Amino acid sequence: MTTYAFFQHYWWFLISLLGGLLTFLLFIQGGQSMLFSLSKTEDEKRLLVNVLGRKWEYTFTTLVTFGGAFFASFPLFYSTSFGGAYWVWVIILFAFTIQAFSYEFQSKPGNVYGKTTYRSLLFINGLLGTFLLGVAVATFFTGSDFTVGKDNITNIASPVISRWGSGWHGLEALLCPRNLFLGLAIFFLARTQATLFFINRLKHEVLENRSHKYLLYNAIPFVVFFLAFLISIFLSEGFAVQDNGAVYMEKYKYLHNLIEMPVVGILFLLGVLTVLYGIIASILKQSFKKGIWFSGVGTVVTVTMLLLIAGYNNTSFYPSSSDLQSSLTIFNASSSEFTLKAMSWASILVPIVAGYIFIAWRALEKKKTDMDDINSDSHAY
Amino acid sequence: MELLDVSLINWSRGQFALTAMYHWIFVPLTLGVGVVMAIMETLYYKTGKEEWKKATKFWMTLFGVNFACGVATGIILEFQFGTNWSNYSWFVGDIFGAPLAIEGMLAFFLEATFISIMFFGWKKVSKGFHLASTWLVMLGATFSALWILVANAWMQHPIGMEFNPDTARNEMVSFWSILLSPIALNKFFHTVLSGWVLGALFVVGVSSWFILKKRELDFALRSIKIGAIFGFISTILIIATGDGSAYHVAQKQPMKLAAMEGLYEGKAGANIVAMGLLNPDKQYDNEEETFIVKMDVPVPKLLSLLGYRDGDAFVPGIKDIIHGYTLSDGTEVSSFAEKQVSGKKAIQALNDYREAKATGNDSLAVAHKAVLDEHFANFGYGYLEKPADLIPNVALVFYSFHIMVALGMLFLVIFMAVWFFHWKKKLENVRWLLWGSLFSIPLGYLATQLGWVVAEVGRQPWAIQDVLPVQAAVSSISTGSVQLTFFLFLALFTALLIAEIRIMVKQIQKGPGNE
Ligand code: HDD
Ligand code: HEM
Ligand code: HEM
Repeated sequence: MTTYAFFQHYWWFLISLLGGLLTFLLFIQGGQSMLFSLSKTEDEKRLLVNVLGRKWEYTFTTLVTFGGAFFASFPLFYSTSFGGAYWVWVIILFAFTIQAFSYEFQSKPGNVYGKTTYRSLLFINGLLGTFLLGVAVATFFTGSDFTVGKDNITNIASPVISRWGSGWHGLEALLCPRNLFLGLAIFFLARTQATLFFINRLKHEVLENRSHKYLLYNAIPFVVFFLAFLISIFLSEGFAVQDNGAVYMEKYKYLHNLIEMPVVGILFLLGVLTVLYGIIASILKQSFKKGIWFSGVGTVVTVTMLLLIAGYNNTSFYPSSSDLQSSLTIFNASSSEFTLKAMSWASILVPIVAGYIFIAWRALEKKKTDMDDINSDSHAY
Repeated sequence: MELLDVSLINWSRGQFALTAMYHWIFVPLTLGVGVVMAIMETLYYKTGKEEWKKATKFWMTLFGVNFACGVATGIILEFQFGTNWSNYSWFVGDIFGAPLAIEGMLAFFLEATFISIMFFGWKKVSKGFHLASTWLVMLGATFSALWILVANAWMQHPIGMEFNPDTARNEMVSFWSILLSPIALNKFFHTVLSGWVLGALFVVGVSSWFILKKRELDFALRSIKIGAIFGFISTILIIATGDGSAYHVAQKQPMKLAAMEGLYEGKAGANIVAMGLLNPDKQYDNEEETFIVKMDVPVPKLLSLLGYRDGDAFVPGIKDIIHGYTLSDGTEVSSFAEKQVSGKKAIQALNDYREAKATGNDSLAVAHKAVLDEHFANFGYGYLEKPADLIPNVALVFYSFHIMVALGMLFLVIFMAVWFFHWKKKLENVRWLLWGSLFSIPLGYLATQLGWVVAEVGRQPWAIQDVLPVQAAVSSISTGSVQLTFFLFLALFTALLIAEIRIMVKQIQKGPGNE
């Protein structure tokens, strides 16, 4: 492998890893989507809001970093997808914007719109944020309707390089069932993980018991939709790339990737099994509280591998279904070798970042959270 | 192929300006109050006095409310480069993306992680760990500012890059020259300091209100002293770095400087306008007077001195920039028409190069590449149509600049006066000053916003100076879509701002004692 190709692979790996971490952290959104159903009394709601509210920044910042890293490493994706699938991305952004102030504002006097409004915004964030992110990522496998023409830059009257075919600007992705499968899978996964998180974090009998019930209700549709998505992409044609860069359709491409990259394939399967173990063990044994760690680690690994399947092994990670040769690959969409290298130096610091996040998380989570904690905390929401 | 229409460009610009300006309502206070609360917690740590803890917590609560809004508005800005400026994102993403990525990885996580300790850790971690977290939050916020300002400075003066005709984009060749560009460093200090000035005005103003109400006197006098000293030092530094900003503008963006000063006809030994009323009929190609009334700063030749560090230097005006001019050191600068021809040659050469490459004619490609390289410096001019396209909105830039500078002087006086009367222990009786301080808070916001108007409107039509005008930077979407999102964001952010202000006011009224 040339060094350029090495860095392109390295950055696709980092993007995939960030995607995996983000998917795990979406348990915050999953929890928000249950604010009005899992908790019945005001005290219960407050407890949920507060355990989630101490963590929401991690999900949010991961999303921001995911965006920034994608921009810097694969700018052609950034310009093609964001500028083209405009409406999907704008709605996702909107759904996250309304989250950022809702925790901080909801219990403060003078907040104008009242507690319920802010909690409804959290609910919407939980609903749309998870589902639409899943739909958007599904298009990495199913393709979108765009063209890329770098020669356009010399057309003075109309120099835009990336153009979107559909006037729906991304919303057309909702018409494809395979995209919906992943959207729904992510939505129910987020909720499943939220119940596991509550089981792990809360000292509150009623909520714990109810979380166990909700775990089952959400895990089943998650598994169904996830399998539906996997089967549909593994059995269909995928967007393969020849050595000269030409893109063509290959039957069972994604299944081939799974097999041709055995490490990825094995980790993928292990990841899925770990998620299932976390879920099933928690369902079977009331006293098992560590399910979130299993399903969490499993999610990170599974999603990372899934994204590697989309981008490695001569595959187009952002395919165009209307103009195959416009499809984006980690080679034609990446930043220059120089930039990838420069950023790789910066990425060496990531373990330090992970280290202090770990320390900070531990420092705040020495024991489970109950109502007394919330009532005695001067910054409680 | 559809043509890009002007209203799409203008709505996209409007949307960017809207979100950036909303973001900038919240960010400077984060930067400023962050320092104030870190200083106060340090005093608590050192003295062990509960009063300092109380004060720290009071400012921290306000910080938290404000911070959440900064985060909410920031995420839209980041993704907007992709959604609304997609061509830009490809054309310069190789350079521009990197600081954004590093900002997320290193700065935002620092801030987000330690903010949770800062808010929820009072009883869970040691005093020292808590203090360190507060300083790290402040540091994280400042780092966030660093990276984005490096990116912005680079747009004003693109360096450390090379155009690659095969990929049809600019590529980074020197990371350090981008990061350590004097323009970036100056911009970083000037902008962060403006946050500090605002934070100080906020602390002084709010404390004044308590003194006027005769409430929480101990707390208010403690806070106001810290605020006034901090503010005084920051204002001195902001004036110094403001001079640096103007110098860089003169060197790298002469059109912006001409607009800031309303200078149509260049001259040697030019003066600075203290204040003036522009003549709305003035165009670059008519003989109208520029000003209806005008007053110069009484120091002669100041503009030449500040802009070129030489009192007799020639400062080009708008007309000169359109028609071409010669600098005092003999450098000849081409006219707009010449640059436009050259830019069109560059664009044509790129086109020819890519055609030659596509047909495998490498020797022809080399020849076209040579033409491209020769004319690339004027690449962006090839997209412009007429001289007027090169001129930003002079009135907006001129007034913004002059009001910002005047406010800077005013703040200096206010901080000095507050400090003086505090030292004389007479502050409680000087009610006009207390009211004045209170009303300076909105003026602080005004000054920082105007600063950005100078910087951003003044560089029009360039998204990237001389390389990429806004019309070549925009995404291809319908104007209607952008209008819809514009109003969506306007409604959301305005609703957010209203709630934020009310919460702040309530928290302030509650005071530090009754937490
Ligand atoms: C409290 C706010 C504040 C105050 C009192 C001042 N500034 Fe400022 N100024 C800013 C806040 C600001 C800012 C918001 O931070 C800007 C916007 C973009 C930037 O780089 O900083 C800015 C930009 C800015 C620019 C444009 C830079 C560019 O285009 O890149 C110039 C030339 C000055 N300033 C000069 C001054 C001078 C000579 C001042 C003398 C008192 C001054 N500023 C006071
Ligand atoms: C177009 C330019 C900008 C973009 C794309 C941008 C992006 C963002 C994003 C995404 C966040 C949220 C981070 C999080 O998740 O915690 C944020 C917050 C922040 N940004 Fe910006 N930003 C821009 C301009 C600026 C400028 C000019 C400054 C300072 C000089 C600045 C300073 C900050 C700070 C200090 C925060 C922390 C939150 C807060 O202060 O409220 N940003 N920005
Ligand atoms: C947070 C403070 C900022 C404010 C208040 C601000 C203000 C503005 C304004 C008023 C405009 C519209 C100019 C016009 O078209 O008339 C604008 C445009 C723009 N600014 Fe800024 N800006 C800020 C920070 C930044 C930063 C840090 C960046 C880049 C890193 C940036 C990039 C842009 C871009 C891409 C546009 C749109 C294209 C253009 O019109 O040039 N801005 N900004």
